Amino acid sequence: MTIYKAAVIGGGPAGLAAALAASKGGKVLLIEREARLGGILKQCVHDGFGVIRFGEKLSGCEYAQRFIDEVRSNKEIDIRLLTYVIGIKKNKTFHITATSSSGIETYEAENLILANGCRERTARQVNIHGTRPAGVMTAGVAQNFVNLLGVLPGKRCVILGSGDIGLIMARRLTLEGAEVLGVYEAKNTPSGLTRNISQCLNDFNIPLHLSATVKRVFGNKRVEAVEICKVTEKMEYIRGTEEILPCDTLIVSVGLIPENELAESLSVEIDPRTRGPVVDQNMQTMQDGVYSVGNALHVHDLVDYVSETAETAGKALLQPAAPRELVKVDAKGFLYLVPQRLDLASIKDSTVFYFRTAVPRKAATLTVRANGQTIYARNYTNLKPPEMEKISIPLKPRTGEKLEFILSDKEV
Amino acid sequence: MEVVCIVCPNGCLLQAEQTPEGIKVSGNKCKRGAAFAIEELTAPKRSLTTTVATCFKDMPVVPVRTDGEIPKEKIFELMSFLKTLRAERRYKMGEILASDILGTGVNIIVTCDM
Ligand SMILES: Cc1cc2nc3c(=O)[nH]c(=O)nc-3n(C[C@H](O)[C@H](O)[C@H](O)COP(=O)(O)OP(=O)(O)OC[C@H]3O[C@@H](n4cnc5c(N)ncnc54)[C@H](O)[C@@H]3O)c2cc1C
Repeated sequence: MTIYKAAVIGGGPAGLAAALAASKGGKVLLIEREARLGGILKQCVHDGFGVIRFGEKLSGCEYAQRFIDEVRSNKEIDIRLLTYVIGIKKNKTFHITATSSSGIETYEAENLILANGCRERTARQVNIHGTRPAGVMTAGVAQNFVNLLGVLPGKRCVILGSGDIGLIMARRLTLEGAEVLGVYEAKNTPSGLTRNISQCLNDFNIPLHLSATVKRVFGNKRVEAVEICKVTEKMEYIRGTEEILPCDTLIVSVGLIPENELAESLSVEIDPRTRGPVVDQNMQTMQDGVYSVGNALHVHDLVDYVSETAETAGKALLQPAAPRELVKVDAKGFLYLVPQRLDLASIKDSTVFYFRTAVPRKAATLTVRANGQTIYARNYTNLKPPEMEKISIPLKPRTGEKLEFILSDKEV
Repeated sequence: MEVVCIVCPNGCLLQAEQTPEGIKVSGNKCKRGAAFAIEELTAPKRSLTTTVATCFKDMPVVPVRTDGEIPKEKIFELMSFLKTLRAERRYKMGEILASDILGTGVNIIVTCDM
């Protein structure tokens, strides 16, 4: 049996980029549960992808196709489609058990790259009460219906959540002939890009209601109406503002969560803030040989960075394995900061960090301290939690040093 | 007048003012923003991404886009026109599915391999 240099789980943009990078140093196995490669990008027919990487505005499908073409013509990469990874065990190497139409098979690899993406939060995870009729679905499911199956999931739709996926779906459903009654957002600011508010909602006169949420769903077989309610900043319902809105579909777009069942089965340490694995600058988790990339690591808003984290991991695992010397990175003022550890044995002149601010900040300073001494500082304007930032910092931490990253409002 | 630029994810908030010398734009971080604001006030245009039906069971629809921009008010007309199309063979990414749609000079291209 072939012992692969790396087995990549998931054939989305993260898995594709990781497989390509790792294939420069050995045989790679790429496992995907669906019939086609591309991951979630298969259903992202809209454009706006690849601006950073290719300097072009591509659709999600086009972005994926570029990588798929490269992967398909790469002789070092073995692809298994319609194959679902059900379990992984580590002895000296990783033993990966997968099911497909040919039954249960086991593959062996020296390294493991988890590129299995994320999941959407559902209506039940945001406390919507009432009945459970047909017609309540996540934005990703609606996107799948329209863009892959070619069916319209509803005629009169209400969208909960103003993230980019919700906005994109508001436009998409309108174009396909559905009526989108409005987008409701519990916070007092929209979470999606301003550009998407403009081109997805304003262009089609779709109203955006801030500080408002869906409280209840009505209907037996099919959604018949939803109850809308205004909320305070603390997300408490404001009595007397309830309103019944007749509709046949409720689409929830209320966030993504990294998919980590496989990681957890390998006892990989999870960061409660990203809800993905804790990693070092090479995207290696706290289990030697297990890497986590793309949305399985933390939810990215730009696919360009998904490909980048994946390439970092694919390249790193080709380096001769040396025992790691891990230093913890303390982070204050961030929603999260990745990587959460630095491996001193493999650190380069500069290290790339990805972060989100904990709260919106008009003017902010990012300070890095080593044993209490400031060794790096940079100012930012207009930081918002929905927008991920990337920064490359020259760091040479020493053994035992206490490393702190602090994001604070700038004193004016 | 205020216009949100949709050229790139920055989404600059542009101010456009009618002056005797023409429309003056501020708030743009790049040149494309100025051009966008002027067009938005005179003849707004959009590109369209959508899907077209196929005759294949394993892929009932195929993603497509316009290879240029069309007048914004023609978007729904274009959607109705695209509903009359059906991809009868397997296309590759970048191939033209319909050319010079609605006399705009813009083509509909397929955005993934079928
Ligand atoms: C509904 C939705 C819409 C989005 N829209 C946008 C957008 O408009 N713009 C944008 O920039 N980003 C968008 N994103 C974010 C997008 O997910 C990322 O940009 C990117 O697709 C993440 O890539 P990935 O490879 O990490 O994950 P994915 O693309 O999700 O790929 C993960 C792959 O792993 C496979 N897999 C999972 N578990 C297993 C298993 N056990 N065995 C085998 N295979 C497995 C899955 O089938 C899937 O193909 C969206 C995300 C979602 C969920």
